Amino acid sequence: MMNATIAKLALQALLGRRRFYLLLAFPVLLIALVTLVTVLADGDAAFEILPGLGYPLVLPLVAILAASSVLGPEVDDGSIVYLLAKPVSRYGVANSKWLVALGATLAAGALPILVAALITGDSDRALALFVGALVAGTAYSALFLAISAVTRHAVIASLMFVLIWESLLGNLFTGVAWLSIGQWGLRVGHELSAELPDPANLPWAVLASLVVTLGGVWFAGDRLRSFSLRGED
Amino acid sequence: MTNLVLDSASRWFGNVVAVNDVSLSIGPGVTGLLGPNGAGKTTLMAMMAGFLPPSAGHVTLDGEPVWRNTAIYRQIGLVPERELSFGYLTGRQFVRANADLHKLPDAAAATERILQEVDMVEPAARRLDTYSKGMRQRVKIAAALVHDPAVLLLDEPFNGVDPRQRMHLMDLLRRLGDEGRTVLFSSHILEEVERLARHIEVVVSGRHAASGDFGAIRRLMTDRPVQYALQSSDNRTLAAALMAQPSVRSVSLRADHLDVQVDDLGSFAVGLPGLAKQHDVTLYELSPSDESLESVFAYLVAR
Repeated sequence: MMNATIAKLALQALLGRRRFYLLLAFPVLLIALVTLVTVLADGDAAFEILPGLGYPLVLPLVAILAASSVLGPEVDDGSIVYLLAKPVSRYGVANSKWLVALGATLAAGALPILVAALITGDSDRALALFVGALVAGTAYSALFLAISAVTRHAVIASLMFVLIWESLLGNLFTGVAWLSIGQWGLRVGHELSAELPDPANLPWAVLASLVVTLGGVWFAGDRLRSFSLRGED
Repeated sequence: MTNLVLDSASRWFGNVVAVNDVSLSIGPGVTGLLGPNGAGKTTLMAMMAGFLPPSAGHVTLDGEPVWRNTAIYRQIGLVPERELSFGYLTGRQFVRANADLHKLPDAAAATERILQEVDMVEPAARRLDTYSKGMRQRVKIAAALVHDPAVLLLDEPFNGVDPRQRMHLMDLLRRLGDEGRTVLFSSHILEEVERLARHIEVVVSGRHAASGDFGAIRRLMTDRPVQYALQSSDNRTLAAALMAQPSVRSVSLRADHLDVQVDDLGSFAVGLPGLAKQHDVTLYELSPSDESLESVFAYLVAR
């Protein structure tokens, strides 16, 4: 279920706001940083930026920006009623918005990781990280869309998930890997290059990513189905 | 015939009751939903537009429930009070997007037709964030009407709209009602409703207080004195002149304004400008004090 008009409006919402430049800044800075370090430093220092910074931070941040731009502001100020007061399936609305967020996440999050990884050499490793980023980017965008559909503080909540759960606790406790989108992506990428770590196991990583993706988009649609306006009364 | 029916509909949020056991039926023509701020008008509107489930009771359009029924929007056009946040779109793009969402066979033609109807053809190429309040309101109405719905719901459509634009909007709504559409608009201003709607539903504190022809309700309301706050260039002179008017019950001279209690709203409002001119006084501001409006409504409930 897709609705071309909703997708077009979501794209305009994404491109028409100042946030878009922030979205653009992340990949540009990442590639610039990796290029700079490649030129200046010896050894593998440049590549280390990607699993250390690009993958665990830039990718989810881009996903947060994309998902919250296509849905967040409209839900916050209630102007999404203009889109919802139509004979259009609410699940279709969520699907269409998610596809736009996904496209933006992959274009501004996953693709730059591939480009940056290629700059450091070794295309196997680059491809593996890219595949990991595709998997994680897909699940991230769905999860953050779902969060945008439930809370006005979607950006904060999503940031907390990434920074506290995935980054902080994920580094302290290995068990968190089983419940970390980023780790699932790495696990899938590990199949292509042994240089990536292998937390959890592959079927789990694939299945969990799939569940979060489908579940997230469905949940966003379900929330929109029950979208209610509360007056100032 | 399109009838929007509330059957013993109630809505509460936690232990706050916003709408309390309201039953009413709204048919073709212009109907005004009148009530003071906070009376539950927006909650009622949201329930009628399928954007809030009633906690108890039913809301139906021609027998079909409106909650979680997206097909209902083929027949309903909704003009929410919310501002448009699609400032990056032009008026035409916005209306066109609405037409596309309805999957109209000829969306482009429908867009132009409705832009013409609301007299927004010329500014339609400009971005929404450059529009005045009245223009935005008209574009919102155009977007709600583009699929030619039988029912049009407008939540406080005249809020913040300047008087000239307000007249314009009223003419538009009157015309839509004459075409046989069911037009329901909410307002907390008596005069607005009086000028536009023949049929009126009054809600106060979440309750359905009165229903019927405006004249009857009007008489009920004017039975009770109404209070105005008045500011002018010479409050004292004006106070003396007002006191001589049969419609004025009392005048109190405050620090910077006059509190005027009026028995007969109509003749007071009509006579005031002439009276001011006659005594060479310039009127700065005349506003019904909300409290007293509230008390008029309260009177209706207590009745």
